[in-house]
Amino acid sequence: MLLIKGGRVIDPASGADSARDVLLDSQRISKVGPDASASTTGAGPKASDIEIFDATGLIVAPGFIDLHCHLREPGQEMSETIETGTRAAARGGFTAVCCMPNTQPVNDSASVTRGIVERAAAHASVRVWPIGAASMGSKGEALAEIAAMKDAGIVGVSDDGKPIATARLMRQVMDYCRSLDLPVIDHCEDPTLFAGGVMREGAASIRLGLKGIPAESESICAGRDVELALLTEARLHIAHMSTRGALEYVRFAKKRGMPVTCEVTPHHFTLTDEDVRYDSRYKMNPPLASRQDRDAIIEGLADGSVDAIATDHAPHHPASKDVEFDHAPFGITGFETALALGVSELVHRGKISLLRLVELFTVGPARVLGMERRIASGQPADLTIFSADHAWTFRAAESASRSRNTPFDGRAFRGAPMATIIGGRIVYRRESAAKVAD
Amino acid sequence: MLQHFEDLLGIETLTREQITFILDQSKPFQEFQRHPLKKLATLRGKTVALAFFEPSTRTRISFATAAARLGADTMNLQAESSSLKKGESLLDTVRTLEAMRPDGIVIRHSSSGAADFVAERLETPVLNAGDGTHEHPTQGLLDALTIRDRLGKLDGLNVTILGDILHSRVARSNIHLLSRFGARITLCGPAMWVPRELECLAPNIRREPRIEKALKEADVIIVLRVQTERIHEPALAAEEYILGYQLTGERLRLAREGAPVLHPGPMIRGLEIDPDVADGPQSCVLEQVTNGLAVRMALLYHLVGGAPADAPHPAKERSHAAD
Repeated sequence: MLLIKGGRVIDPASGADSARDVLLDSQRISKVGPDASASTTGAGPKASDIEIFDATGLIVAPGFIDLHCHLREPGQEMSETIETGTRAAARGGFTAVCCMPNTQPVNDSASVTRGIVERAAAHASVRVWPIGAASMGSKGEALAEIAAMKDAGIVGVSDDGKPIATARLMRQVMDYCRSLDLPVIDHCEDPTLFAGGVMREGAASIRLGLKGIPAESESICAGRDVELALLTEARLHIAHMSTRGALEYVRFAKKRGMPVTCEVTPHHFTLTDEDVRYDSRYKMNPPLASRQDRDAIIEGLADGSVDAIATDHAPHHPASKDVEFDHAPFGITGFETALALGVSELVHRGKISLLRLVELFTVGPARVLGMERRIASGQPADLTIFSADHAWTFRAAESASRSRNTPFDGRAFRGAPMATIIGGRIVYRRESAAKVAD
Repeated sequence: MLQHFEDLLGIETLTREQITFILDQSKPFQEFQRHPLKKLATLRGKTVALAFFEPSTRTRISFATAAARLGADTMNLQAESSSLKKGESLLDTVRTLEAMRPDGIVIRHSSSGAADFVAERLETPVLNAGDGTHEHPTQGLLDALTIRDRLGKLDGLNVTILGDILHSRVARSNIHLLSRFGARITLCGPAMWVPRELECLAPNIRREPRIEKALKEADVIIVLRVQTERIHEPALAAEEYILGYQLTGERLRLAREGAPVLHPGPMIRGLEIDPDVADGPQSCVLEQVTNGLAVRMALLYHLVGGAPADAPHPAKERSHAAD
């Protein structure tokens, strides 16, 4: 058994935020209280069977869930594998990650899903919840084997990397997924407006001479999706939302009580198009937005319109990124910097509370998946322990990921994951954790 | 070194003093082009790599001639060459070139930022000969030299740029350069090619969709090349462009008398410019070409030759010797 002692337990589901101990058995939380070890003196397990984690000065939260990542397996193991990606996720404090289906082959059938689940069981450091393709090969034509994939373990569907191609297909996917009670996750983008763009259209793209993608490329597609969600009553989740326009559609839907949710990435609440340089580590899709859109998104994170923070961890082998900006693939890594960016950029800057930040990493994403996330006896023993003060500098070269494509290399942070606990077992523990606890 | 910069990647990062220095250094090289024996020994033993990843005729020939007239040897890489077709990366290609120990690399590439990308990774000085829709700094400099020669000054001019501004690296370099000298810049062209964000490039930029208004009071007119076909965008009929934006003799009369007309070339007569204007007294098209040699010689002399800013000018030395 594992006793987390002396930590500040933040449990957004109950709104609790107080110093408590948490006792874990091999799978479940067995006790939460001011002194959870008290039970050990009675009929419970002997003190010698209990490993103690001193969480003094640290925050104990439900296990973090990342709704959006790319583990690149099968097919692109040069960039990442389930093993390396989830090791990076564990270092980032995540206990579960949802991997997008744009692998090679695309995860559009039960056999691919089962392959991912089996690889994860053998090699993953954290729980891996696959997301299945919405259409065969994510080609936007025929429906993928969604029901069979659900039986094999998918938690949602998406053609991520591109939008679900047409309104007609989207309608079918929504109808079908509603009957299966799966969320439909859309990468919102109008391909005709996107038209070969490489960054957000605006003063910065004009100055750099880089082809711009207008913000409306995202909001037009979000508008289409919300209309179709209204028609089909499906669960719609908007991935990596980056614009005020799309946020307004989400607000509209939420106001009507529709099951529409959205996520925001750490890079979109941290950086803007003004940060873009001729450096492909600043190239991702959706691209870094205007300052106005970035500020709108932070508002959404604060006021509850945004449900989750998701990394969109998108590793790319260095050789593929070290090219002309135009020719580089979209995407940056994100597992190991997500929490630190949330604490540094949102909490320490006074944009949101620590409780809200924890909610965005736990209860929020769980709700998107139709799950719950609580620190209470009987709940899964998945916990994320972090510091809101620990000062450190991120070094991409030391990352557990197989890739290095991040604009946050060398960035100094206040706040860091300290330990990741899954099924009552510590799968990651920051080396300096002991020092900080002193 | 040329007033503390080792590469020439764009005009945006240059100061007014640096620009003036380059233009002043170009003057004796202008004279030099009229000499019967057009060869100096200044860069003898030096090698300039001409890495043209995008097809180019005039800029490539201009750089090759400038290098030859300074006595340098050149290594040529052209867009059609085989290593590019075999899928070698830009980085591997320029590292291969660098391993042959050139003293400077001139690069032309269809991707914006390619020159910056290369300069950041190589030790050899890099000269940008045009990157995507970002900048074409030597064109900006030769245009400035041409304007300064015609009007006797660069300060405080009303400059009108006509055409497809959005996709023009020449326009960006012109705007950055002339703004350093307090120009008031008017951008005129089909509205989808003149987005409002262009006004953020520099102070005193305005957009004017009507050519008659845009030409009024213009001291200088820069006509851009127009591509009516674009890969990712709907096309615009040539007739439509001509109707609204062709620089005709009649329209030119709305500008200040004798206002010089520049065109970076290649020029399509009868599309963006009326043939009579192209061949008329206000046209600077051929001067621009000659001035391109002078500016590129000055840049190669300083960047490749590593001449200190106060070194005696080689072309002046030469004319003294010839006297």
